[in-house]
Amino acid sequence: MAGIAVVLGAMLGFASIQFKVKGDPLVDKIDAILPQTQCGQCGFPGCKPYAQAIAKGEAEINQCPPGGEEGIRKLADLLGKEFKPLSAEHGVEKPKQVAVIDENLCIGCTLCTQACPVDAIVGAAKQMHTIVAPLCTGCELCVPPCPVDCIAMAPVAETVETWKWRYPVIPIREKAA
Amino acid sequence: MIAALFKFRGGVKPASHKDESTQAPIARAPLPPRLIVPLRQSAGGTPQPLVTAGQKVLKGERIGAPESDFSAAIHAPTSGKVLAVEPRLLPHPSGLAAPCVVIEPDGEERWIDRTSVSYASETPDVLRGLLRDAGIVGLGGATFPSHLKLKPGTSGRIGTLIINGAECEPWITCDDLLMRERADEIVSGIAILRHIASADRVLVGIEDNKPQAIAVLRAATAQSAGIEVMPVPTRYPAGGEKQLIRVLTGIEIPYGRFGTEFGVQCFNVGTACSVHRAVELGEPLVSRIVTLSGNVEHPGNFEVLVGTPIDELLKLVKPKADTDRFIMGGPMMGFTLPRTDLPVTKAANCILAASPALFPPQGPEMPCIRCGACTRACPAELQPHELYWFSRAKNFGKAQEYGIFDCIECGCCAYVCPSNIRLVDYYRFAKSSMRTLERDKAASDAARMRFELRNQREERDKAEKAARLAAKTAAGRQAVVAPAAPASTPATPETTVSLPPLDEAKKALIAAAIARAQAQKEGVQPKNIDNLTPEKQAEIREIESRRARVRELAKTPPEEPV
Amino acid sequence: MNGSPHLHLPISVRLVMLKVLAALLPGIAVYVWFFGAAILVQIALASAAALAGEAAMLRLRGKPVGLFLADGSALVTAWLIALTFPPIVPWWLTVSATLFAIVVAKHLYGGLGQNPFNPAMVAFCISIIAFPALMSQWPAVGFTDFAAQMGVVFQSQSPQDAVTMATPLDALRTSLHTPEARATVAGILGSHATFGNIGGKGWEWIALAYLAGGLWLLQQRIITWHVPVAFLGVLALIATGFSLGNPERYAGPTFHVITGGAMLGAFFIATDPVSGATTPRGKLIFAAGIALLTWIIRTFGAYPDGMAFGVLLMNLCVPLIDMGTQPPVFGHKDGKRDGAP
Repeated sequence: MAGIAVVLGAMLGFASIQFKVKGDPLVDKIDAILPQTQCGQCGFPGCKPYAQAIAKGEAEINQCPPGGEEGIRKLADLLGKEFKPLSAEHGVEKPKQVAVIDENLCIGCTLCTQACPVDAIVGAAKQMHTIVAPLCTGCELCVPPCPVDCIAMAPVAETVETWKWRYPVIPIREKAA
Repeated sequence: MIAALFKFRGGVKPASHKDESTQAPIARAPLPPRLIVPLRQSAGGTPQPLVTAGQKVLKGERIGAPESDFSAAIHAPTSGKVLAVEPRLLPHPSGLAAPCVVIEPDGEERWIDRTSVSYASETPDVLRGLLRDAGIVGLGGATFPSHLKLKPGTSGRIGTLIINGAECEPWITCDDLLMRERADEIVSGIAILRHIASADRVLVGIEDNKPQAIAVLRAATAQSAGIEVMPVPTRYPAGGEKQLIRVLTGIEIPYGRFGTEFGVQCFNVGTACSVHRAVELGEPLVSRIVTLSGNVEHPGNFEVLVGTPIDELLKLVKPKADTDRFIMGGPMMGFTLPRTDLPVTKAANCILAASPALFPPQGPEMPCIRCGACTRACPAELQPHELYWFSRAKNFGKAQEYGIFDCIECGCCAYVCPSNIRLVDYYRFAKSSMRTLERDKAASDAARMRFELRNQREERDKAEKAARLAAKTAAGRQAVVAPAAPASTPATPETTVSLPPLDEAKKALIAAAIARAQAQKEGVQPKNIDNLTPEKQAEIREIESRRARVRELAKTPPEEPV
Repeated sequence: MNGSPHLHLPISVRLVMLKVLAALLPGIAVYVWFFGAAILVQIALASAAALAGEAAMLRLRGKPVGLFLADGSALVTAWLIALTFPPIVPWWLTVSATLFAIVVAKHLYGGLGQNPFNPAMVAFCISIIAFPALMSQWPAVGFTDFAAQMGVVFQSQSPQDAVTMATPLDALRTSLHTPEARATVAGILGSHATFGNIGGKGWEWIALAYLAGGLWLLQQRIITWHVPVAFLGVLALIATGFSLGNPERYAGPTFHVITGGAMLGAFFIATDPVSGATTPRGKLIFAAGIALLTWIIRTFGAYPDGMAFGVLLMNLCVPLIDMGTQPPVFGHKDGKRDGAP
């Protein structure tokens, strides 16, 4: 079963590369795997452009730090490519985080709102800005433009609602003493 | 004549161990020195705190407002002073913290004004609102808000009301004793529920290992037409909501559907009792019956205020020396408490002291030999061994296809598994992973949409800018061509707006602001307030609180434009 | 931290396997009664080989040797190999077949719970293909002298015709299906006093002892009724149909059900949960398929008994059968399943 699935998956991936002229379905599939952080760490201005570049064969599949190892595996599966570790020049995998504005320092310059790729910062000129946390993708793009360094990245804490059961430990393999 | 019973497939018959805790009547647990009341005690969102530290509260005063119609209110379990509103560790398998209201009781137990409602003259809508505001949730363990269950579905009426007194888990006896001692309150609650649901008949399902409870309830319902007490065969999980509905009516309710859609709805006897108190006495849900049993000297049932720390309760029953852990809930579905200073919640039906002798540790996990014991035991008629393979391989799509969300996590499969496989742990892992994936996917879809919308907007802005520039140059040329009549061609509003390039002036402004901000960095608290008038100080406080409110607001997403 | 349930039945893989072994004891006792103690030696040989092979493989695979060796699954395989082999095959054949079953058919596929084929039947099929003569060397009734048997097993003397004989299935196959044969079923089975009343003298009693053991397993809920009933039922049904049509050419249902490995297979081999189907309907299809294949191979094939081949061929179909026979889930009896998280 699994073998058949892998083979068929590989064939599908291969075929979709072969017939990439039709392009869009594959771009959409790749885009669906990408985390939509829109951080640009891959070297492209957003997830969609990166997806297009992968589909054209112009970019490697290991340039997305937010997607991490799991994302690379999924891309490798989809495209029938070999898994590669995350390319170091594009960044390192981090736990999910959100930006936090220190509202006492914010001068209302709007530079961060212009940088935010997903419009998750509200505020107008000379008004205090703040981040709509549930919409923030943690891309860090708002951090460098801030002239007063009032934006920090905070890791997203696990709550009772988002907590998830761990994979059960299987104590079956004998430890090599 | 008793109506015919149906059967559910599967199930197991572990030793019941009910007698230990049914010897003594329900006792009232003494008032603890501190109450820790979690704000989130039902499905659907955490209620917002209505009190602040230092505030005095009365018993039954609302301290948590339901965030939406999907959760129920939270009340102060006794009168006293609010010490803090802060995250505290919860009795939850995660061992994580969540917002709680910590109350120091004043020992007076002073109630709020309690007003009884004559339900017969009220509309179901009003009564449902009343139940929500009284914090009534299912006391069988799932803590689903009762007012939601009573909502008429698309198919309309709830014809049959099931009252669940089956209590199938071993050791737990809180419902048993409640039925023995407070049958009148239960019957009164049933009447109210029946009125809200406008149900034709009420079936009270009780496992046949509780003859006393059956007799008492039979006597109490003898006068009421349309209420039938039905003993059901003792077989775990006969008290599972879906299983009991199946046994009493033959209706099978699949995952993700409401009983209402099938004209049937199920409530725990404890819930019925609290409904009675909320409507007839005006008392919100602030206490529940908890069974304390297992490896203890004096097992029994106690009426416990919500928020009572568990170790206060353990003092009453004295755990024996070889107790190695405590379980909240029954041995089949309960979870090991990470520690014992956690509060009792509305979900806590039982605290079990476990010892290696009572609950022997399982042997090492062996490979699945596909013997099919789990399949025979599964009351949801699933193929647990297949779900195990898929969950273990993280093949979630396949697990879902084989019905993993129909699993009620009753534990029958793991109970009978000769290979000692912690099957339910695998299912919980798979289910919560899938839910996380769903959530992440929803978030990334939203991010994609917002990114694309933003790009579109920028494109549009760019195009508009270009158009304006073009218009401006055209106007300029015209002005050159016709200098004789400069006033005759007034510039249109758009053209007068000069485009704001990031010019020198703005840069200077920003630089100045940076300097100001640097100065501010040293002290973020409002300064120089000592010599101000009280009015000014009040104003500053108000501004600060406005800031705080804006910060709060920013934590929740705004409504998406449709 | 382990979640619920905190209760557990005192049951283990080891207990299941031991019960299977216990259920084989009546059959073994009757076996010894009719055919002497050689079978005990064979069982001992197979058990020793199985345990040695299992221990070596567990060690190589880095699994806890003690834990898995004690589960008894290797012993079940070993006993079934010994019981399906003729009791006077050379010792090296028993040992090497058992080792093959454990090492190749079981551990190379992932060990306990992972093997797609029934290891005992793999051993049987490999042996009967590689050594057809040795594997047809069944002791004659009355050849119970332990020393003489051991002589044959350890090959200090070669078996003479006096000590071996053809099984009823062999006799039917060679006499009925050679072109010049003009024999009838009744003629063959009746002409040999040694073939007993139904399925071979002695063998019919052993089969009944297996049946008794199997019924006990059923009562103990180690196996379900589906496989034995479907297997024996379909086998009897086919045999009845054909023997009614041509009683001279085709043996009847009682013969087929009692003779050869049918009873052992119905309760102990086809019921192997690891390599068999698991859904109730799947089990019926699985066992019916084995019965059909067994009858076909017995009647038209080149090998005397088709049970082993039938089991292996149906083992191949198990994933497909299981996938196609998933029973409806609680609340989804209308066939639809919507399981959004």
